[in-house]
Amino acid sequence: MSLRVIKGGILDTVQDMGRIGYQHLGINPGGAMDKYAAQIANILVGNDSTEGVIELHFPSSSFIFEQPALIALSGADFKASINGEEVPTLHPLLLDKYSILQFHAIKNGARAYIAVHGGFEIEKWLGSYSTHIKVEKGGVNGRALKSDDEIAIRRKSKLPFIKHEDEFYVLPWKADTNWGDPFEKHIAILAGHEWNRLTDEAKKKFHCGSLSITRRSDRMGYRLKGDPVQVITNEEVVSSAVGFGTIQLLPDGQLIVLMADHQTTGGYPRLAHVITAHHSRMAQMKPGDSVSFKLTDQQTAEKLYLKQQQHLAQLRNACTFKLEQFLKP
Amino acid sequence: MNQAPAYSIFSSGDAALTIDFGNVIDVSLNEKVMTLFTALQKQPLPGMIEAVPAYSSLTLFYDVAAIKKKAGKEALAYDWIKEQLQKLLVNTAEANETSSRFLQIPVCYEAAFAPGINELANAKGLPIEEIISLHASKKYRVYMLGFLPGFAYMGDVDERISMPRKTQPENVVAGSVGIAGKQTGIYPLASPGGWCIIGRTPLRLFDPEGEGESLFKAGDTVQFISITQNEFESYQRGHS
Repeated sequence: MSLRVIKGGILDTVQDMGRIGYQHLGINPGGAMDKYAAQIANILVGNDSTEGVIELHFPSSSFIFEQPALIALSGADFKASINGEEVPTLHPLLLDKYSILQFHAIKNGARAYIAVHGGFEIEKWLGSYSTHIKVEKGGVNGRALKSDDEIAIRRKSKLPFIKHEDEFYVLPWKADTNWGDPFEKHIAILAGHEWNRLTDEAKKKFHCGSLSITRRSDRMGYRLKGDPVQVITNEEVVSSAVGFGTIQLLPDGQLIVLMADHQTTGGYPRLAHVITAHHSRMAQMKPGDSVSFKLTDQQTAEKLYLKQQQHLAQLRNACTFKLEQFLKP
Repeated sequence: MNQAPAYSIFSSGDAALTIDFGNVIDVSLNEKVMTLFTALQKQPLPGMIEAVPAYSSLTLFYDVAAIKKKAGKEALAYDWIKEQLQKLLVNTAEANETSSRFLQIPVCYEAAFAPGINELANAKGLPIEEIISLHASKKYRVYMLGFLPGFAYMGDVDERISMPRKTQPENVVAGSVGIAGKQTGIYPLASPGGWCIIGRTPLRLFDPEGEGESLFKAGDTVQFISITQNEFESYQRGHS
Protein backbone atom coordinates (compact mmCIF):
# COMPACT_ATOMS: atom_id res chain seq x y z
CA MET A 1 0.00 0.00 0.00
CA SER A 2 1.40 3.28 -0.98
CA LEU A 3 1.34 6.70 -2.45
CA ARG A 4 1.35 6.71 -6.24
CA VAL A 5 2.42 9.51 -8.56
CA ILE A 6 -0.31 10.11 -11.13
CA LYS A 7 1.66 12.73 -13.00
CA GLY A 8 5.24 13.87 -12.40
CA GLY A 9 6.10 17.51 -11.67
CA ILE A 10 9.21 19.45 -12.72
CA LEU A 11 11.38 18.52 -9.78
CA ASP A 12 9.83 16.66 -6.87
CA THR A 13 12.19 14.63 -4.75
CA VAL A 14 12.31 12.84 -1.44
CA GLN A 15 14.47 14.78 1.02
CA ASP A 16 15.27 14.78 4.70
CA MET A 17 17.60 16.73 7.00
CA GLY A 18 20.58 15.83 4.83
CA ARG A 19 23.37 13.32 4.46
CA ILE A 20 25.76 14.01 7.31
CA GLY A 21 29.39 12.95 7.56
CA TYR A 22 30.42 12.42 3.92
CA GLN A 23 31.54 15.86 2.84
CA HIS A 24 35.21 14.91 3.21
CA LEU A 25 34.56 12.41 0.39
CA GLY A 26 33.05 15.07 -1.83
CA ILE A 27 29.48 13.97 -1.10
CA ASN A 28 27.33 16.99 -0.32
CA PRO A 29 24.68 16.87 2.41
CA GLY A 30 21.75 17.78 0.15
CA GLY A 31 18.50 17.50 2.09
CA ALA A 32 15.43 19.71 2.07
CA MET A 33 16.02 23.27 0.87
CA ASP A 34 13.68 24.52 3.60
CA LYS A 35 14.49 22.29 6.55
CA TYR A 36 12.37 24.39 8.87
CA ALA A 37 9.27 23.75 6.76
CA ALA A 38 10.15 20.08 6.29
CA GLN A 39 10.35 19.66 10.06
CA ILE A 40 6.99 21.35 10.54
CA ALA A 41 5.34 18.93 8.10
CA ASN A 42 6.81 15.98 9.99
CA ILE A 43 5.78 17.45 13.34
CA LEU A 44 2.17 17.86 12.15
CA VAL A 45 1.88 14.17 11.30
CA GLY A 46 3.72 12.94 14.41
CA ASN A 47 6.92 11.87 12.65
CA ASP A 48 10.50 12.28 13.80
CA SER A 49 12.23 15.23 12.15
CA THR A 50 14.56 12.84 10.37
CA GLU A 51 11.75 11.16 8.41
CA GLY A 52 11.73 11.63 4.63
CA VAL A 53 9.37 14.17 3.07
CA ILE A 54 8.53 15.03 -0.53
CA GLU A 55 9.87 18.38 -1.68
CA LEU A 56 7.76 19.90 -4.43
CA HIS A 57 8.49 22.57 -6.99
CA PHE A 58 5.73 24.05 -9.12
CA PRO A 59 4.28 22.64 -11.42
CA SER A 60 4.10 19.77 -8.95
CA SER A 61 3.27 16.10 -9.18
CA SER A 62 -0.25 14.80 -8.53
CA PHE A 63 -0.67 11.87 -6.21
CA ILE A 64 -3.18 9.19 -5.32
CA PHE A 65 -3.15 7.59 -1.89
CA GLU A 66 -3.82 3.88 -2.24
CA GLN A 67 -4.46 3.61 1.46
CA PRO A 68 -5.91 5.91 4.13
CA ALA A 69 -3.26 8.38 5.24
CA LEU A 70 -2.58 11.23 7.61
CA ILE A 71 -0.59 13.91 5.81
CA ALA A 72 0.47 17.54 6.15
CA LEU A 73 1.62 20.20 3.70
CA SER A 74 4.07 22.95 4.60
CA GLY A 75 6.48 25.44 3.07
CA ALA A 76 5.24 27.11 -0.11
CA ASP A 77 1.48 27.25 -0.69
CA PHE A 78 0.77 25.71 -4.10
CA LYS A 79 -3.02 25.78 -3.70
CA ALA A 80 -3.47 22.11 -2.92
CA SER A 81 -6.67 20.16 -3.38
CA ILE A 82 -7.92 16.78 -2.23
CA ASN A 83 -10.38 15.25 -4.67
CA GLY A 84 -10.77 18.70 -6.21
CA GLU A 85 -11.55 20.49 -2.98
CA GLU A 86 -9.03 23.07 -1.76
CA VAL A 87 -7.21 22.18 1.45
CA PRO A 88 -5.10 24.35 3.74
CA THR A 89 -1.41 23.96 4.40
CA LEU A 90 -0.06 23.51 7.95
CA HIS A 91 -2.96 21.33 9.14
CA PRO A 92 -2.90 17.57 9.55
CA LEU A 93 -5.21 16.10 6.89
CA LEU A 94 -6.84 12.70 7.25
CA LEU A 95 -7.44 11.12 3.86
CA ASP A 96 -9.39 8.08 2.77
CA LYS A 97 -8.14 5.44 0.41
CA TYR A 98 -7.97 6.68 -3.21
CA SER A 99 -7.79 10.35 -2.29
CA ILE A 100 -6.18 12.48 -4.99
CA LEU A 101 -3.79 15.26 -4.04
CA GLN A 102 -3.09 17.99 -6.60
CA PHE A 103 -1.44 21.40 -6.70
CA HIS A 104 -2.87 24.21 -8.79
CA ALA A 105 -0.97 27.50 -8.50
CA ILE A 106 1.78 29.26 -6.61
CA LYS A 107 0.21 31.34 -3.86
CA ASN A 108 3.55 31.98 -2.21
CA GLY A 109 6.99 30.47 -1.79
CA ALA A 110 9.07 28.18 -3.95
CA ARG A 111 9.14 24.77 -2.27
CA ALA A 112 6.32 22.83 -0.65
CA TYR A 113 6.61 19.74 1.52
CA ILE A 114 4.43 16.69 2.02
CA ALA A 115 4.89 14.56 5.12
CA VAL A 116 2.95 11.34 5.67
CA HIS A 117 2.32 9.82 9.09
CA GLY A 118 4.70 6.85 9.42
CA GLY A 119 7.09 8.13 6.80
CA PHE A 120 8.10 6.55 3.52
CA GLU A 121 9.38 3.03 3.40
CA ILE A 122 12.35 3.59 1.13
CA GLU A 123 16.01 2.74 1.38
CA LYS A 124 18.47 5.20 2.77
CA TRP A 125 21.71 5.95 0.95
CA LEU A 126 24.62 6.70 3.28
CA GLY A 127 22.30 7.30 6.18
CA SER A 128 19.85 9.60 4.45
CA TYR A 129 16.64 9.48 2.42
CA SER A 130 17.68 12.57 0.45
CA THR A 131 17.75 12.19 -3.31
CA HIS A 132 21.23 12.65 -4.78
CA ILE A 133 20.43 13.15 -8.44
CA LYS A 134 24.04 13.23 -9.67
CA VAL A 135 24.90 9.90 -8.09
CA GLU A 136 21.38 8.55 -8.74
CA LYS A 137 20.99 7.34 -5.18
CA GLY A 138 18.66 8.06 -2.29
CA GLY A 139 14.98 8.95 -2.46
CA VAL A 140 13.01 7.14 -5.15
CA ASN A 141 15.59 5.52 -7.48
CA GLY A 142 17.91 8.48 -6.99
CA ARG A 143 15.83 10.78 -9.18
CA ALA A 144 12.88 13.15 -9.32
CA LEU A 145 9.44 11.56 -9.07
CA LYS A 146 7.69 10.61 -12.28
CA SER A 147 4.36 9.14 -13.32
CA ASP A 148 3.57 5.77 -11.81
CA ASP A 149 6.23 5.89 -9.11
CA GLU A 150 5.00 4.13 -6.04
CA ILE A 151 6.25 5.14 -2.61
CA ALA A 152 5.41 2.76 0.20
CA ILE A 153 4.10 4.32 3.39
CA ARG A 154 5.33 2.85 6.65
CA ARG A 155 2.57 1.64 8.93
CA LYS A 156 2.61 3.49 12.22
CA SER A 157 -0.74 3.75 13.96
CA LYS A 158 -4.26 2.78 13.11
CA LEU A 159 -6.01 5.78 11.62
CA PRO A 160 -9.62 6.68 12.45
CA PHE A 161 -12.15 5.30 10.00
CA ILE A 162 -13.62 7.65 7.40
CA LYS A 163 -17.26 6.89 6.77
CA HIS A 164 -17.97 8.26 3.36
CA GLU A 165 -16.05 8.02 0.15
CA ASP A 166 -14.51 11.27 -1.07
CA GLU A 167 -14.46 12.62 2.43
CA PHE A 168 -11.42 13.90 4.24
CA TYR A 169 -10.82 15.68 7.51
CA VAL A 170 -8.88 18.85 8.05
CA LEU A 171 -7.78 18.49 11.65
CA PRO A 172 -8.60 21.70 13.50
CA TRP A 173 -5.12 22.78 14.61
CA LYS A 174 -2.67 24.74 12.54
CA ALA A 175 1.08 24.95 12.94
CA ASP A 176 2.22 28.46 13.76
CA THR A 177 5.29 29.06 11.59
CA ASN A 178 6.08 32.42 13.14
CA TRP A 179 9.09 31.90 15.39
CA GLY A 180 9.59 35.57 16.19
CA ASP A 181 12.10 36.54 13.55
CA PRO A 182 13.14 40.13 14.32
CA PHE A 183 14.21 40.69 10.72
CA GLU A 184 11.24 41.54 8.58
CA LYS A 185 12.60 42.05 5.13
CA HIS A 186 16.30 41.45 5.37
CA ILE A 187 18.18 38.20 5.14
CA ALA A 188 20.78 38.32 7.90
CA ILE A 189 24.35 37.43 7.01
CA LEU A 190 27.63 36.99 8.80
CA ALA A 191 30.79 38.39 7.26
CA GLY A 192 32.77 35.74 5.44
CA HIS A 193 36.54 35.46 5.44
CA GLU A 194 36.90 37.66 2.34
CA TRP A 195 34.20 40.19 3.31
CA ASN A 196 36.78 42.92 3.77
CA ARG A 197 37.86 42.60 0.17
CA LEU A 198 34.67 44.47 -0.71
CA THR A 199 34.85 48.20 -1.24
CA ASP A 200 32.64 50.23 1.12
CA GLU A 201 30.31 50.89 -1.76
CA ALA A 202 30.07 47.19 -2.59
CA LYS A 203 29.22 46.44 1.05
CA LYS A 204 26.36 48.90 0.86
CA LYS A 205 24.93 47.12 -2.16
CA PHE A 206 24.32 44.06 -0.03
CA HIS A 207 21.83 46.05 2.04
CA CYS A 208 19.92 48.15 -0.42
CA GLY A 209 17.76 45.57 -2.15
CA SER A 210 19.27 46.06 -5.58
CA LEU A 211 20.11 42.36 -5.85
CA SER A 212 17.70 39.96 -7.43
CA ILE A 213 17.51 36.21 -7.87
CA THR A 214 18.06 35.12 -11.47
CA ARG A 215 16.63 32.19 -13.39
CA ARG A 216 19.97 30.46 -13.03
CA SER A 217 18.94 29.38 -9.56
CA ASP A 218 18.25 25.89 -8.37
CA ARG A 219 18.84 23.50 -5.48
CA MET A 220 22.60 23.98 -5.89
CA GLY A 221 22.59 27.73 -5.55
CA TYR A 222 21.03 31.05 -6.46
CA ARG A 223 22.82 33.31 -8.89
CA LEU A 224 22.12 36.89 -7.95
CA LYS A 225 22.09 39.83 -10.30
CA GLY A 226 23.07 43.38 -9.57
CA ASP A 227 25.80 45.87 -10.37
CA PRO A 228 29.08 43.95 -10.42
CA VAL A 229 30.60 43.85 -6.97
CA GLN A 230 33.90 45.74 -6.62
CA VAL A 231 36.73 44.27 -4.60
CA ILE A 232 40.05 45.72 -3.52
CA THR A 233 42.01 42.56 -4.35
CA ASN A 234 41.63 39.59 -6.63
CA GLU A 235 44.12 37.46 -4.77
CA GLU A 236 43.33 33.82 -5.38
CA VAL A 237 41.60 31.79 -2.72
CA VAL A 238 42.72 28.19 -2.33
CA SER A 239 39.69 25.88 -2.41
CA SER A 240 38.12 25.26 0.97
CA ALA A 241 34.89 23.82 2.32
CA VAL A 242 31.72 25.79 1.67
CA GLY A 243 28.26 25.36 3.14
CA PHE A 244 24.56 26.06 2.78
CA GLY A 245 24.20 29.84 2.75
CA THR A 246 27.78 30.68 1.76
CA ILE A 247 27.75 33.72 -0.54
CA GLN A 248 30.58 33.56 -3.04
CA LEU A 249 31.88 36.14 -5.46
CA LEU A 250 32.07 34.84 -9.02
CA PRO A 251 34.78 36.03 -11.43
CA ASP A 252 32.25 38.20 -13.30
CA GLY A 253 31.53 40.25 -10.18
CA GLN A 254 28.18 38.59 -9.50
CA LEU A 255 27.17 36.68 -6.39
CA ILE A 256 26.01 33.14 -5.79
CA VAL A 257 24.28 31.92 -2.64
CA LEU A 258 24.96 28.24 -2.12
CA MET A 259 21.91 26.14 -1.29
CA ALA A 260 21.18 22.50 -0.30
CA ASP A 261 22.91 20.75 -3.21
CA HIS A 262 26.04 22.92 -3.05
CA GLN A 263 29.45 21.46 -3.85
CA THR A 264 31.45 20.51 -0.78
CA THR A 265 34.38 22.79 -1.62
CA GLY A 266 34.88 25.95 -3.60
CA GLY A 267 37.60 28.34 -4.60
CA TYR A 268 35.73 31.62 -4.96
CA PRO A 269 35.96 34.32 -2.30
CA ARG A 270 33.58 33.68 0.59
CA LEU A 271 32.03 37.07 1.15
CA ALA A 272 29.33 36.15 3.63
CA HIS A 273 27.14 33.41 5.05
CA VAL A 274 23.35 33.53 5.40
CA ILE A 275 22.52 32.78 9.04
CA THR A 276 20.98 29.34 9.61
CA ALA A 277 17.73 30.79 10.93
CA HIS A 278 17.21 32.46 7.54
CA HIS A 279 17.96 29.46 5.33
CA SER A 280 14.25 28.73 5.31
CA ARG A 281 13.31 32.19 4.00
CA MET A 282 16.09 32.02 1.43
CA ALA A 283 14.81 28.62 0.27
CA GLN A 284 11.35 30.06 -0.37
CA MET A 285 12.63 32.78 -2.70
CA LYS A 286 12.34 32.39 -6.44
CA PRO A 287 13.73 33.91 -9.62
CA GLY A 288 12.74 37.55 -9.91
CA ASP A 289 12.55 38.14 -6.14
CA SER A 290 14.80 40.88 -4.83
CA VAL A 291 16.91 40.25 -1.78
CA SER A 292 18.40 42.60 0.79
CA PHE A 293 21.04 41.34 3.15
CA LYS A 294 21.87 42.76 6.54
CA LEU A 295 25.09 42.13 8.38
CA THR A 296 24.67 40.71 11.86
CA ASP A 297 27.01 39.18 14.44
CA GLN A 298 27.77 35.65 15.61
CA GLN A 299 25.92 36.15 18.91
CA THR A 300 22.70 37.25 17.21
CA ALA A 301 22.92 34.47 14.63
CA GLU A 302 23.33 31.80 17.31
CA LYS A 303 20.49 33.25 19.38
CA LEU A 304 18.13 33.33 16.42
CA TYR A 305 18.98 29.75 15.53
CA LEU A 306 18.17 28.65 19.08
CA LYS A 307 14.97 30.68 19.05
CA GLN A 308 13.86 28.96 15.86
CA GLN A 309 14.75 25.55 17.29
CA GLN A 310 12.84 26.31 20.49
CA HIS A 311 9.81 27.26 18.46
CA LEU A 312 9.99 23.90 16.67
CA ALA A 313 10.31 22.08 20.00
CA GLN A 314 7.22 23.85 21.38
CA LEU A 315 5.33 23.15 18.21
CA ARG A 316 6.24 19.49 18.49
CA ASN A 317 4.98 19.30 22.06
CA ALA A 318 1.69 20.95 21.20
CA CYS A 319 1.07 18.96 18.03
CA THR A 320 2.10 15.62 19.51
CA PHE A 321 -0.37 16.04 22.35
CA LYS A 322 -3.25 16.95 20.04
CA LEU A 323 -2.46 14.18 17.59
CA GLU A 324 -2.27 11.56 20.34
CA GLN A 325 -5.70 12.63 21.58
CA PHE A 326 -7.07 12.39 18.07
CA LEU A 327 -5.55 8.99 17.32
CA LYS A 328 -6.64 7.44 20.65
CA PRO A 329 -8.70 4.36 19.94
CA MET B 1 61.98 22.31 19.22
CA ASN B 2 58.40 23.21 19.84
CA GLN B 3 57.20 25.87 17.47
CA ALA B 4 53.81 27.45 17.84
CA PRO B 5 51.70 26.39 14.87
CA ALA B 6 50.89 29.12 12.41
CA TYR B 7 47.22 29.18 11.66
CA SER B 8 44.14 31.35 11.82
CA ILE B 9 40.65 30.35 12.85
CA PHE B 10 37.65 32.20 11.50
CA SER B 11 33.89 31.87 11.34
CA SER B 12 32.30 30.23 8.31
CA GLY B 13 28.76 31.14 9.25
CA ASP B 14 26.90 30.53 12.51
CA ALA B 15 27.44 26.77 12.54
CA ALA B 16 30.92 26.30 11.08
CA LEU B 17 34.45 27.52 11.59
CA THR B 18 37.53 27.19 9.45
CA ILE B 19 41.11 26.74 10.52
CA ASP B 20 43.47 27.94 7.83
CA PHE B 21 47.14 27.00 7.85
CA GLY B 22 48.11 29.37 5.07
CA ASN B 23 45.99 29.78 1.88
CA VAL B 24 48.58 28.11 -0.37
CA ILE B 25 48.81 24.71 -2.03
CA ASP B 26 51.66 23.11 -0.16
CA VAL B 27 52.37 19.53 0.91
CA SER B 28 53.48 20.35 4.45
CA LEU B 29 50.39 22.48 5.10
CA ASN B 30 48.17 19.78 3.65
CA GLU B 31 49.83 17.25 5.96
CA LYS B 32 48.92 19.44 8.92
CA VAL B 33 45.33 19.53 7.70
CA MET B 34 45.20 15.76 7.32
CA THR B 35 46.79 15.15 10.72
CA LEU B 36 44.13 17.30 12.32
CA PHE B 37 41.39 15.67 10.26
CA THR B 38 42.53 12.19 11.29
CA ALA B 39 42.53 13.25 14.94
CA LEU B 40 39.01 14.65 14.60
CA GLN B 41 37.75 11.50 12.88
CA LYS B 42 39.15 9.38 15.70
CA GLN B 43 37.81 11.61 18.41
CA PRO B 44 35.25 14.15 17.27
CA LEU B 45 34.91 17.28 19.37
CA PRO B 46 31.69 17.50 21.41
CA GLY B 47 28.96 19.03 19.26
CA MET B 48 30.90 18.51 16.05
CA ILE B 49 28.81 17.45 13.05
CA GLU B 50 31.59 16.84 10.57
CA ALA B 51 35.01 18.06 9.52
CA VAL B 52 35.90 18.84 5.91
CA PRO B 53 39.59 19.01 5.04
CA ALA B 54 40.78 21.01 2.03
CA TYR B 55 44.18 22.05 0.63
CA SER B 56 45.39 24.16 3.50
CA SER B 57 42.31 24.47 5.69
CA LEU B 58 39.80 22.41 7.57
CA THR B 59 36.20 23.42 8.18
CA LEU B 60 34.33 22.13 11.15
CA PHE B 61 30.54 22.06 11.06
CA TYR B 62 28.94 22.02 14.51
CA ASP B 63 25.62 21.84 16.28
CA VAL B 64 25.08 25.18 18.02
CA ALA B 65 22.28 23.84 20.25
CA ALA B 66 24.35 20.87 21.47
CA ILE B 67 27.31 23.12 22.25
CA LYS B 68 25.18 25.66 24.10
CA LYS B 69 23.92 22.84 26.30
CA LYS B 70 27.51 22.13 27.34
CA ALA B 71 28.93 25.63 27.33
CA GLY B 72 25.97 27.45 28.83
CA LYS B 73 23.30 29.48 27.12
CA GLU B 74 25.17 32.76 27.33
CA ALA B 75 28.43 31.42 25.93
CA LEU B 76 29.14 31.80 22.26
CA ALA B 77 29.16 28.33 20.68
CA TYR B 78 31.78 29.61 18.23
CA ASP B 79 34.18 30.61 21.02
CA TRP B 80 33.68 27.34 22.83
CA ILE B 81 34.38 25.06 19.87
CA LYS B 82 37.28 27.26 18.79
CA GLU B 83 38.85 26.76 22.20
CA GLN B 84 38.32 22.99 21.99
CA LEU B 85 39.96 22.96 18.59
CA GLN B 86 42.95 24.96 19.83
CA LYS B 87 43.43 22.50 22.70
CA LEU B 88 43.34 19.61 20.27
CA LEU B 89 45.91 21.31 18.04
CA VAL B 90 48.37 21.52 20.87
CA ASN B 91 48.05 17.78 21.41
CA THR B 92 48.21 16.69 17.79
CA ALA B 93 50.89 19.10 16.58
CA GLU B 94 53.56 16.41 16.47
CA ALA B 95 51.51 13.47 15.27
CA ASN B 96 52.19 12.76 11.65
CA GLU B 97 50.16 10.07 10.02
CA THR B 98 50.02 10.30 6.29
CA SER B 99 48.86 7.81 3.72
CA SER B 100 51.69 5.98 2.00
CA ARG B 101 49.51 4.56 -0.75
CA PHE B 102 50.85 4.78 -4.27
CA LEU B 103 48.27 4.41 -7.05
CA GLN B 104 48.91 4.06 -10.76
CA ILE B 105 45.99 5.24 -12.86
CA PRO B 106 45.70 4.27 -16.53
CA VAL B 107 44.74 7.21 -18.74
CA CYS B 108 44.09 7.26 -22.45
CA TYR B 109 45.24 10.61 -23.87
CA GLU B 110 44.00 9.91 -27.42
CA ALA B 111 41.99 12.59 -29.18
CA ALA B 112 38.62 10.88 -28.73
CA PHE B 113 39.03 11.16 -24.95
CA ALA B 114 40.90 14.46 -24.80
CA PRO B 115 38.73 17.31 -26.11
CA GLY B 116 41.01 19.95 -24.56
CA ILE B 117 44.45 18.60 -25.39
CA ASN B 118 44.79 20.49 -28.70
CA GLU B 119 43.88 23.77 -27.06
CA LEU B 120 46.45 23.12 -24.35
CA ALA B 121 49.09 22.18 -26.93
CA ASN B 122 48.41 25.38 -28.86
CA ALA B 123 48.34 27.58 -25.79
CA LYS B 124 51.62 26.17 -24.56
CA GLY B 125 53.33 25.69 -27.92
CA LEU B 126 54.10 22.08 -27.10
CA PRO B 127 53.57 18.90 -29.11
CA ILE B 128 50.84 16.64 -27.74
CA GLU B 129 53.34 13.85 -26.94
CA GLU B 130 55.23 16.30 -24.75
CA ILE B 131 52.06 17.22 -22.85
CA ILE B 132 51.29 13.55 -22.26
CA SER B 133 54.78 12.80 -21.06
CA LEU B 134 54.83 15.84 -18.77
CA HIS B 135 51.48 14.87 -17.27
CA ALA B 136 52.28 11.18 -16.90
CA SER B 137 55.87 11.50 -15.71
CA LYS B 138 55.12 13.20 -12.44
CA LYS B 139 53.88 11.83 -9.15
CA TYR B 140 51.02 13.80 -7.67
CA ARG B 141 49.68 14.20 -4.19
CA VAL B 142 45.96 13.90 -3.55
CA TYR B 143 45.39 17.06 -1.52
CA MET B 144 41.68 16.76 -0.99
CA LEU B 145 38.38 15.34 -2.20
CA GLY B 146 35.65 17.76 -3.10
CA PHE B 147 33.44 19.24 -5.80
CA LEU B 148 31.81 15.90 -6.71
CA PRO B 149 31.62 12.56 -4.89
CA GLY B 150 35.10 11.08 -5.19
CA PHE B 151 36.69 13.98 -7.09
CA ALA B 152 40.37 14.13 -6.09
CA TYR B 153 42.28 17.40 -6.32
CA MET B 154 45.87 16.50 -7.16
CA GLY B 155 48.99 18.50 -7.78
CA ASP B 156 51.20 20.04 -8.72
CA VAL B 157 51.34 19.76 -12.50
CA ASP B 158 54.41 20.95 -14.34
CA GLU B 159 54.25 24.71 -15.00
CA ARG B 160 54.63 24.00 -18.70
CA ILE B 161 51.18 22.34 -18.88
CA SER B 162 49.32 24.41 -16.31
CA MET B 163 46.13 25.84 -17.78
CA PRO B 164 43.57 28.28 -16.37
CA ARG B 165 40.02 27.17 -15.69
CA LYS B 166 37.48 27.82 -18.44
CA THR B 167 35.17 30.74 -17.88
CA GLN B 168 32.12 28.75 -19.00
CA PRO B 169 31.67 25.18 -17.72
CA GLU B 170 31.18 22.46 -20.30
CA ASN B 171 29.70 18.98 -19.97
CA VAL B 172 32.39 16.54 -18.95
CA VAL B 173 32.22 12.75 -19.27
CA ALA B 174 32.85 10.46 -16.26
CA GLY B 175 36.50 9.41 -16.01
CA SER B 176 37.77 12.57 -17.71
CA VAL B 177 41.19 13.77 -16.56
CA GLY B 178 41.57 17.52 -16.42
CA ILE B 179 43.95 20.33 -15.58
CA ALA B 180 43.08 23.59 -13.84
CA GLY B 181 45.93 25.85 -12.83
CA LYS B 182 48.53 23.67 -11.17
CA GLN B 183 45.91 21.09 -10.26
CA THR B 184 44.96 17.89 -12.00
CA GLY B 185 41.92 15.75 -11.26
CA ILE B 186 39.49 13.16 -12.57
CA TYR B 187 35.73 13.59 -12.88
CA PRO B 188 34.20 10.51 -11.19
CA LEU B 189 30.77 11.34 -12.62
CA ALA B 190 29.50 13.15 -15.66
CA SER B 191 29.16 16.80 -14.70
CA PRO B 192 29.50 20.32 -15.99
CA GLY B 193 33.05 21.44 -15.32
CA GLY B 194 35.62 24.04 -16.24
CA TRP B 195 38.83 21.99 -16.33
CA CYS B 196 40.80 21.43 -19.53
CA ILE B 197 40.24 17.75 -20.41
CA ILE B 198 43.32 15.92 -21.66
CA GLY B 199 42.41 12.24 -21.26
CA ARG B 200 40.15 9.65 -19.69
CA THR B 201 40.60 6.74 -17.32
CA PRO B 202 38.62 3.51 -17.71
CA LEU B 203 38.67 3.08 -13.92
CA ARG B 204 35.54 3.52 -11.90
CA LEU B 205 36.45 6.03 -9.24
CA PHE B 206 33.25 6.17 -7.29
CA ASP B 207 31.00 3.24 -6.56
CA PRO B 208 27.56 4.38 -5.43
CA GLU B 209 26.93 0.91 -3.98
CA GLY B 210 29.81 1.36 -1.54
CA GLU B 211 30.11 3.35 1.65
CA GLY B 212 30.82 6.64 -0.06
CA GLU B 213 34.56 6.05 -0.39
CA SER B 214 36.30 6.80 -3.65
CA LEU B 215 39.37 5.17 -5.15
CA PHE B 216 41.42 8.07 -3.77
CA LYS B 217 42.12 9.29 -0.29
CA ALA B 218 43.70 12.58 0.65
CA GLY B 219 47.41 11.96 1.12
CA ASP B 220 47.68 9.31 -1.62
CA THR B 221 50.43 9.52 -4.25
CA VAL B 222 49.19 9.07 -7.82
CA GLN B 223 50.87 8.53 -11.15
CA PHE B 224 49.12 8.41 -14.51
CA ILE B 225 50.06 5.67 -16.98
CA SER B 226 49.43 6.44 -20.63
CA ILE B 227 47.38 3.72 -22.36
CA THR B 228 46.07 3.29 -25.91
CA GLN B 229 42.43 3.39 -26.93
CA ASN B 230 42.55 -0.39 -27.43
CA GLU B 231 43.83 -0.90 -23.94
CA PHE B 232 41.18 1.48 -22.63
CA GLU B 233 38.42 -0.50 -24.33
CA SER B 234 39.73 -3.88 -23.32
CA TYR B 235 40.00 -2.64 -19.74
CA GLN B 236 36.37 -1.57 -19.87
CA ARG B 237 35.29 -4.92 -21.33
CA GLY B 238 37.17 -6.73 -18.60
CA HIS B 239 35.44 -4.81 -15.87
CA SER B 240 31.88 -4.48 -17.06
